[in-house]
Amino acid sequence: MKIEACAIEKWYFRGKGDTNRFFAVKQTDLTLEPGKVTVLTGRSGSGKTTLMHMLSGLLTPDGGKVLADGKDLYAQEDKALSGFRNAHFGMIPQGADVLPVLTVMENILLVQGIYANQSRNPGADRSVGVQDRAQKLLGEMGIADLADVPAGELSGGERRRVCVARALAGTPDVIFADEPTSDLDDENMQIVLQMLKKAADEGAAVLIVTHDQEALDYADVCLKMHAGVPGPAVQTEDREAPSCQEGGAGSDLQIV
Amino acid sequence: MIRISKLPLINLLRRPGRSIALVLLTAFLGFSIFGGSVIVMSLRQGLSSLENRLGADIIVVPSEAQSKSSFKNMLLQGTTGAFYMSSDNLERTLEVEGVESAAAQIFLASLKADCCSIKIQVIGFDPETDFIVQPWIEESCSKDLGPLEVVVGTNVGAQVGETLKIYEERCHVAGRLAATGTGLDSAVYCTIDTMKQLLKAAEAKGITHKVTSDDEDVISAIYVKVREGYDIGKVNSAIQGHTRKASAVRTRSMITDVSGALSGVAQTVTGLIGAVWILAFLILLVAFVMIANERKKEFALLRLLGTSRRMLGALIRREMALCSLTGGALGIAAAAALVFPFSALIETRLKLPYLMPSAPVLALTAAGALLAVLLAGTAASAWAAGRLGRVDPGTVLREGN
Ligand SMILES: Nc1ncnc2c1ncn2[C@@H]1O[C@H](COP(=O)(O)OP(=O)(O)OP(=O)(O)O)[C@@H](O)[C@H]1O
Ligand SMILES: [Mg+2]
Repeated sequence: MKIEACAIEKWYFRGKGDTNRFFAVKQTDLTLEPGKVTVLTGRSGSGKTTLMHMLSGLLTPDGGKVLADGKDLYAQEDKALSGFRNAHFGMIPQGADVLPVLTVMENILLVQGIYANQSRNPGADRSVGVQDRAQKLLGEMGIADLADVPAGELSGGERRRVCVARALAGTPDVIFADEPTSDLDDENMQIVLQMLKKAADEGAAVLIVTHDQEALDYADVCLKMHAGVPGPAVQTEDREAPSCQEGGAGSDLQIV
Repeated sequence: MIRISKLPLINLLRRPGRSIALVLLTAFLGFSIFGGSVIVMSLRQGLSSLENRLGADIIVVPSEAQSKSSFKNMLLQGTTGAFYMSSDNLERTLEVEGVESAAAQIFLASLKADCCSIKIQVIGFDPETDFIVQPWIEESCSKDLGPLEVVVGTNVGAQVGETLKIYEERCHVAGRLAATGTGLDSAVYCTIDTMKQLLKAAEAKGITHKVTSDDEDVISAIYVKVREGYDIGKVNSAIQGHTRKASAVRTRSMITDVSGALSGVAQTVTGLIGAVWILAFLILLVAFVMIANERKKEFALLRLLGTSRRMLGALIRREMALCSLTGGALGIAAAAALVFPFSALIETRLKLPYLMPSAPVLALTAAGALLAVLLAGTAASAWAAGRLGRVDPGTVLREGN
């Protein structure tokens, strides 16, 4: 599935009066191609999470459109959009969120359980074999034995890996990963990045927001965000050492 | 496979501390609504049944009974009383203009002694003229009462077919009356002929009922119905003037005392229910807003994974509904366990007529109370969850962190 953002923007008010409009994301065009890993880096507060939320249907842009295979995401009702996201998007949120009352495996299977009762289940075909895939993913990340542990008891890094397994187990069309490797040791970081790369190889469009330079090794496209503007997309296969160009108001392009 | 519809129950079961707190709160709501309503309803019902049972406009009793208010105590609390006046007074009353009908009753108190099975009030009435007890007795006992046959009030511990010994006379229990919630429930009823026999037997035991030495015919009370169009007050004064050693009392004035006290108690109870209710509702609301805030991250995550706004709302409401139904039912059961068995105690404590509503009415009240608790819970959770539905999940997600 191809995600296209056309001139999307998001602003908030800072302080009093409407003159204090502050852009978290300024007019941005961006395309996530199926089969490719796009890595988005940038300073803290530069608008990465905001951009990702808008791309993944979680945050209505104040301007512009987001298209998923040509379909305008935000033209849909909440019900349709929620079902669509559930069926096609795999999300790894920045906060490493799990439901503490559920076990690790229940957390992962809940994604398919949301529409399981509905006659029109948008992701029905994906629920086949999810448990096996989930178990395998947990095993690869070294937390297979945690499957039946209440998620509330996990450490930060363990939760992060559960989020990764939850996003990948349903083989979604698009994967949005917000700092999927924070809290992880080097070894696990490599494992998670490899998994995301593998998902792209199997056809998913993958967006990784990260501060970790290692992620660039797995990037097909990389962008660096500055003050609400992503720099131009750099196709990493064109380059020897991958790096990204930073955007930003008035700033010249700079190579990092 | 875990279905999201199971999530509310899982949340409740795996967070027992939180659930118990919520269940207790809602139980408190259910307890106060149901218990309070039943008490108020019982008091109202008691009063209206007392009014029905005293279907007379004026009651004439011996002056001594009126001054000692023993008649009222007999009516309300079921204390025994025996007071007599000459039966002339019945004829005298009937002579007064404006009197449509008048019926006499004779009272006798049995003793707690060998001669009697129980200490009890015996009321003799004339089946021909009586319009107070007779219709009531017809409701529960189809055939006319014969000699030495009695009908017992609902609080009298004797079954139909048993024999009650009253001053050595063996009286056959022919029927039991429906409850009135008044002192009348603790009395035994017989015809005036039976009563005369009992009076003789009592006399043999040294219990005198004579007003004057030559007076054979005594009565204890006269119930008067006033003809339409006549002023009850004036008829009352006329009777008072025309009878001897007797007081004519308007039934209304006797009941006003009771209904005044009753409306006082009913108001207090209603006010109490209201206060408890508002308090419990506020606590519930605050608890829910706090819980919803604490769980914001959880709710945002559900939205992130593709739960629609409406589904999330339904999940939150279902969780609260489970809580309030459990709590409400527990509270109602607790109230029933306290109020039902202790209704006799409540009656004597309040010194007011107290008649529990019928089973279907009680069931309806319980259902209403449950509904009220459910509504309170739903309203509180809807309020608490309201904002979650209005903003983008991305925004909630950010606030949750
Ligand atoms: N709901 C909001 N209200 C006000 N300001 C907001 C809101 N959401 C985002 N912002 C602001 O927008 C800017 C971008 O935030 P965002 O979370 O996208 O940054 P980020 O690049 O993901 O940062 P980090 O690397 O720390 O996660 C921040 O300055 C933030 O304060
Ligand atoms: Mg961020």
